[in-house]
Amino acid sequence: MDKLKTVGQPVRKKDAMALLLGKPVYMDDIVPQNCLVVKVLRSPHAHALIEEINTDVAQKVPGVVAVYTYKDVPQKRFTMAGQTYPEPSPYDRLILDQRLRFVGDAVAIVAAEDEAAADKALKLIKVKYQVLEAVLDPHEALDGPILVHPEDNWRSLCPVGADNKRNLCASEVCSDGDVEDVLSHCDYVIDHIYHTPACNQAMMETFRTYTEMDPYGRLHVISSTQIVFHVRRILANALDIPKSKIHVEKPRIGGGFGAKQTVVAEIYPAFVTWKTGRAAKMIYTREESLIASSPRHDMEVHVRLGASKDGTIRAIDVYTLSNTGAYGEHGPTTVGLSGHKSIPLYTGNLEAFRFAYDVVYTNRQSAGAYRGYGATQGIFAVESAVNELADKLGLDPVAIREKNMVREGQVMPAYYNEKTNACALDRCMSRCAQLFGWKEKFPVRDMGNGKVRAAGVAMAMQGSGISGVDVGSATIKLSDEGFYNLSIGAADMGTGCDTILAQMAAECLDCPVDNIAVFGADSDASPYDSGSYASSTTYVTGKAVERACQQLKENLCAIAAQMLECKPEDVEFTGQGVRRLDGGGEVSLMDIATKSMCGNEIPVQVTYTHSSPVSPPPFMVGMVELEVDKETGGVEVLNYVAVVDCGTPINPNLARVQTEGGIVQGIGMALFEGITYDEKGNLLENSLMQYKIPTRLDMGHLRVEFESSYEPTGPFGAKSIGEIVINTPSPAIAHAIFRATGVWHRELPITPEKVLMGMKAKG
Amino acid sequence: MLNIKTYVRVQSLEEAYDLCQKKNNVVLGGMLWLKMQRRSVGTAIDLSDLGLDQIEEDGDFYRLGAMVTLRTLELHPGLNELTQGALRESVRHIVGVQFRNLATVGGSLWGRFGFSDVLTVMLALDAQVELYHAGRMSLEAFTQLPRQQHDILTHVLIPKKVGRVVYLSQRNISTDFPTLTCALSRKDGAYTCVIGARPQMAQVYRDEKGLLSGGVTEETARAFGEDVAERATFGSSLRAGEEYRRNVCAVLVRRGLLAMEKEG
Amino acid sequence: MELKLTLNGRAVAASVEADTLLIDFLRAQGCLSVKRGCETANCGLCTVLMDGTPVLSCSVLALRAAGHHIQTLEGLQEEAADFAAFIADQGAEQCGFCNPGFVMNTVALLRENPDPTDDEIRAYLAGNLCRCSGYEGQLRGIRAYLDHKKGRG
Repeated sequence: MDKLKTVGQPVRKKDAMALLLGKPVYMDDIVPQNCLVVKVLRSPHAHALIEEINTDVAQKVPGVVAVYTYKDVPQKRFTMAGQTYPEPSPYDRLILDQRLRFVGDAVAIVAAEDEAAADKALKLIKVKYQVLEAVLDPHEALDGPILVHPEDNWRSLCPVGADNKRNLCASEVCSDGDVEDVLSHCDYVIDHIYHTPACNQAMMETFRTYTEMDPYGRLHVISSTQIVFHVRRILANALDIPKSKIHVEKPRIGGGFGAKQTVVAEIYPAFVTWKTGRAAKMIYTREESLIASSPRHDMEVHVRLGASKDGTIRAIDVYTLSNTGAYGEHGPTTVGLSGHKSIPLYTGNLEAFRFAYDVVYTNRQSAGAYRGYGATQGIFAVESAVNELADKLGLDPVAIREKNMVREGQVMPAYYNEKTNACALDRCMSRCAQLFGWKEKFPVRDMGNGKVRAAGVAMAMQGSGISGVDVGSATIKLSDEGFYNLSIGAADMGTGCDTILAQMAAECLDCPVDNIAVFGADSDASPYDSGSYASSTTYVTGKAVERACQQLKENLCAIAAQMLECKPEDVEFTGQGVRRLDGGGEVSLMDIATKSMCGNEIPVQVTYTHSSPVSPPPFMVGMVELEVDKETGGVEVLNYVAVVDCGTPINPNLARVQTEGGIVQGIGMALFEGITYDEKGNLLENSLMQYKIPTRLDMGHLRVEFESSYEPTGPFGAKSIGEIVINTPSPAIAHAIFRATGVWHRELPITPEKVLMGMKAKG
Repeated sequence: MLNIKTYVRVQSLEEAYDLCQKKNNVVLGGMLWLKMQRRSVGTAIDLSDLGLDQIEEDGDFYRLGAMVTLRTLELHPGLNELTQGALRESVRHIVGVQFRNLATVGGSLWGRFGFSDVLTVMLALDAQVELYHAGRMSLEAFTQLPRQQHDILTHVLIPKKVGRVVYLSQRNISTDFPTLTCALSRKDGAYTCVIGARPQMAQVYRDEKGLLSGGVTEETARAFGEDVAERATFGSSLRAGEEYRRNVCAVLVRRGLLAMEKEG
Repeated sequence: MELKLTLNGRAVAASVEADTLLIDFLRAQGCLSVKRGCETANCGLCTVLMDGTPVLSCSVLALRAAGHHIQTLEGLQEEAADFAAFIADQGAEQCGFCNPGFVMNTVALLRENPDPTDDEIRAYLAGNLCRCSGYEGQLRGIRAYLDHKKGRG
């Protein structure tokens, strides 16, 4: 293969300077400020029925345009999960419902000329609640006496094992080999339950959407979303209107991490605009973003891991109890990753596995998609179990992984029997150990004054898109003067996909990145794309870009051949233009572009659509060094070293920053972040004052490198990077804390109190 | 949402005092906590024009205007030399520079917040406060006053004779509220220990049993730490439980004493 | 109520409510770089300079700014672009929503301390949350800028 010119280069993001200089590019910067303000009255009860609701006084507040209750909305249930139709997530929502299922559930919608009027109206809505007993504990949900969704019009579109009369959102068992038999013959079995509570994406821009009626009588939606096409369908379902009546676009997005793969805010202003004909916007407060959105699923993962004395891992049995909260968004799908993206890491010697799960409804905030999507929870459990095994056997946790890890060319029974075409996990491990100084840092070191330093390790994998489901498309067009327009339906949420897809196009078309103008994402104008989630954009949409460019080159050659009066096979594309192979002439891109606009019948615009039957996993190793204050339980992360195999890093800078950002979110999960409730179902971490995400003083020093493999099915050998990077910190940190204190923490976050009191309890 | 009817930038303390006699009028500090409250304020009284953002030396005291910001405390060379860096240490963890540029010493003390680092260190420094109407009193006495007073805290006085002082705090994550604060001072051979974020308001504990009368050693420091931890009352909050706080209290007191001896 | 102040070097007079916060006033004045990320003074997104000092505009009553000089990123484009380019070269801007507050506070840092250590940078910017970048790239960018400046000077 020729040496790559643009792919693999640390190209500056196309929008970087605009963002750094504070240009008005986000939703609330670009929409008319005189639109209606939409607010939602939220339930103070975890479970209640609205007995009476009186909006008369609220409607009379000057400036109030409309107040809507459950009596005003369509009665067809839908899901807010941004997934390919038919969604695995159950249709269990109404825009407003008479039954309220968590503290923060929507009771009424207010639209007013300004915020003050809307706030006033919220206070004046009179509601009489019939407060019902709530089910808050996921252990009591399945087949318990309290049903979260007793309604008859609840629907599950896919065979995911759901049953609303059992509080069951999904259930499944799969296996390979006889796991019980192998476990019974193992010398050691590690058998523990690991708990990852819900945690929030906490992107800096809260959920927000603007809606208006366009001149064609269609609902025009500008939303901070990762999924413009799914938003169109979901709004059509919710409002019970034709999809043709909706046009969705996204501006710059202030972060997503999966949060904006759910239609959290969109339905409220959309409903107001559809009913009133007036432009409207909804800006979620930070509190709403924390209590009524789409956080990570709270999961309890029971691992039984069997090994022989020499450290050969022979069997893994995983059972996950996932708590989807009040609604089922992403419930049936996140849970699968807890087993399918943890067990295959140990394909090496694995004789049998079983993976079973139940996903239950409770009266808590509904969960959603958050970077890692279930893999994070599963990997915390399985990687912790492997570290516990290594400790029990007195083996080096690096060595035990090297003995058992999945390697290139292996078929992974726990990963849908996919084969690793590209896997540098072994190289990631050896490089990480070297960079980190594993040999020197693994032994626990006493620093005096109660402080000790210790190290921990973990591996991770993820996927690259959803195999056989995700669709990515790209349209590439030669335009006047010879520049290109690239249209995509994937959503750049700050990750830089606009830029890396442009890099791929520039590579294919042998031109500078500046010659590629990128547009996306818009449900009317962009070619169809499932959206930016499931680590799909680089791998799936990237391939579509590559293919579209190849086709465009052929078309350009055909036009040029006419101009050069020869056959298409007698010319070649040069990047600047097309020339005859016999040296008999050349036309520039500008010439071709000009020709294309005059008496031309060959398209200079090509759309290619791609979907992949496989989802090649990226791999990663993370190692942490931390210092524990054994007298206060304080934990300070000192160093985090990670080596990632994402195939070919298309843009090493952006891949590095993805990794660093993911690691710091992972550190947050491990040590600081977790959602808790009081006995009435009130969520306690309802602001950034209480929900503490890491600052730059809480993450130590990060060091990231790449060990590239070449994935033959990916564009330029690329796999994915976006999600895997959050998976290693929790198990690695729990490991290091065990090394320092002798206590395994199997529940996140591992707070100073847990560390200290854990040591005291152990004595 | 905070709701304010009128805003007055008063031109005299007397004007401010008259205004604050009304129950729903409020004197503004740094506005950091106030704006999060769901309340209706009649008149917001702003002291910004009264020159209360100055630190002056006044005989045996540093006299700090109530509107002096925490950032000013953090950077003030004289005060930090005097307190051996304890003032800086007490405020540097508070949210961020932009926050500390707004938060005022008067606001910090007036609120008598349980989590207050500033209250903890100021108690150990034996600070006094000046109220416009009630006059001058020790900070410790001020903490005992009922919260509903229609008065104005105008100044904080820090004695120039400080002795040794050390500040320590425990946090779950940097820039967060503390799970425990601890300030220790030794003046004329007498030890004062202040424990805050219990999570209740900071309180002063003295060496009533004379555990330190023979000097600070590893053993006496430990004994005093355990003594304070036993005497102090602790509670549980979102951030930490009672038992954890009690444990950390003993550790911070011991460490603080030893640090104080080492450097003094 | 009547409010007069200097905004990005320009005298501005406007009518505001007693409880209008500076952040909302500034956005209404077209300074859309000023962002709200929380309601609890924790995120740093709304950082502006008040008489040259970085403050949280979410926690300042607009009327309190009367008579003062307020600067937002709209008024500091050149000073910011000088070092922001180095952050762009790291890809550390990411989603960008925290950038204006972070850039404003970095302006303040570099004015106050033109040659900070890494620890001084971390401490000064601790009140600027970022959820995307993991902070390390921001630090690399500032460090690269400082090194470049030294090489130049």
